[in-house]
Amino acid sequence: MEKILELKHISHAYHTPKGETPALQDISFSVGKGEFIAIVGPSGCGKSTLLSLIAGLLKPESGEIMLHGMPVIDCTEKIGYMLQRDELLEWRSIFRNVLLGPEIRGTLSADTKEKAHDLLAAYGLGQFEHSRPSELSGGMRQRAALVRTLILNPEILLLDEPFSALDYQTRLNVSDDIGQIIRKEQTTAILVTHDLSEAISLADRILVLSRRPAVIKYELKLEFSSLGTSDDTPLNRRNAAEFKTYFNLIWKELNQDERSSY
Amino acid sequence: MKDPATNVSPGQSAFLHSQKKSRQFILAARIFLFVFFLAAWEWTASKEIIDSFIFSSPSKITACFLSMAADKSIFPHLGVTLYETIVSFLLVTIISIMSAVLLWFSRRLSAILEPYLVVLNSLPKSALAPLLIVWLGADRTTIIVAGMSVAIFGSIMTLYTCFTGADGNKIKLIYTLHGNSFHALSKVVLPSSVPTIISTMKVNIGLCLVGVVIGEFLAAKEGLGYLIIYSSQVFKMDWLLMSIVLLCIMAMLLYQIISLLEKLCRKYFTA
Repeated sequence: MEKILELKHISHAYHTPKGETPALQDISFSVGKGEFIAIVGPSGCGKSTLLSLIAGLLKPESGEIMLHGMPVIDCTEKIGYMLQRDELLEWRSIFRNVLLGPEIRGTLSADTKEKAHDLLAAYGLGQFEHSRPSELSGGMRQRAALVRTLILNPEILLLDEPFSALDYQTRLNVSDDIGQIIRKEQTTAILVTHDLSEAISLADRILVLSRRPAVIKYELKLEFSSLGTSDDTPLNRRNAAEFKTYFNLIWKELNQDERSSY
Repeated sequence: MKDPATNVSPGQSAFLHSQKKSRQFILAARIFLFVFFLAAWEWTASKEIIDSFIFSSPSKITACFLSMAADKSIFPHLGVTLYETIVSFLLVTIISIMSAVLLWFSRRLSAILEPYLVVLNSLPKSALAPLLIVWLGADRTTIIVAGMSVAIFGSIMTLYTCFTGADGNKIKLIYTLHGNSFHALSKVVLPSSVPTIISTMKVNIGLCLVGVVIGEFLAAKEGLGYLIIYSSQVFKMDWLLMSIVLLCIMAMLLYQIISLLEKLCRKYFTA
């Protein structure tokens, strides 16, 4: 598999007048084209920091992040970032929210508008184009946020706990929904979450981070051989036999970490 | 059970009815208070219970206004005060938005200027008026600057606080879409601050009127503030009270215009 993103010995710390908080320590991994990676770890371990570094919003204190062999800071436009909440702007219609990215980049044209119409229609939001965000359900809002990210044609999609603000039922449905969209588009994706079952239901590979300062303490490749390719959806995975095994494996890893810190 | 014609249940219609009753009562009480006050004033003045030379009376004030309207001598005063208030209000609005934007861009600048803004804001602005007369001369510019001085510092501080309070996650969104701080300002900070900008404008229009009247007390040859000072010096209490009534009406109208603007914007900018 072609390597698209590579992190080499990334370390990062936060500085406040009261002192230094090391967040990440010597993180190295690579992501293949079309691969879906999930990063799990205890809360506050620096998962979101990792995404901010990959997105180029922060500069690592040491180490380098390469996209197609180039420093990521020079090609951040190839990276799409989906935040925890949809952050749709209430004073814009759904259509105009989706066009926020092209507007900022100065690529707003008849073509991008056409594409926005197409994507919204493809993801079942066609009739809500002129609605206000507050008129949509939580799941539809998150889908609109995904369209807003996808319209920029990202090569890599970063997902920062994108379902955590939703209630449980919506959450399962939306993660199933969005998981399938990402698989269909064959987008390379990195998901950060503290929800193990979400990670297992969506990813090809899982990285387990330790407590702060985070290191990669465990890596697990997921294979659901009992499901055919067409049945390999997040919801089906939750019912597959392998699901429980993977869950217990990662659970054990995470809890070892807990116990050592008591 | 619902009334099929209106599709409203008896409980709901009873509730609506009681709401309507309550609103009507409040309106009636307001009108009664106004009429009662005017009637009591008029009656006590005509029975010479109060001295109508000092306290005037509604009928004398009305007569005074009608005669000044007939010879058109009141309109220049009204016009000048209105003009000065609106000009200083517009300048305050523009300058304070621009200053708050500048401070938002540079946290260091705002940290440097903060104590000065606090001092200038808490300074009684009427103390500045004599200074302005010496510096700028006794003309309209002075009065407009006096009007601005009352509102501008508080307005800058309110708007700056509002700008910095803009949702950090929405600003992060702009950066994740590869925008810069100009985009953050134009796409998130300014639109989300529109309600605060308008409520600040509502406060400012009143404050500008205060400043303009103070300025007119000291340095004007026309305007309602001038009329008030002049009439108190020559004991024309009818003029004085009429000017105050006119100021009341002017303040109310200006406030209402901005309230209307606010209603239109609220619909658009909030959920």
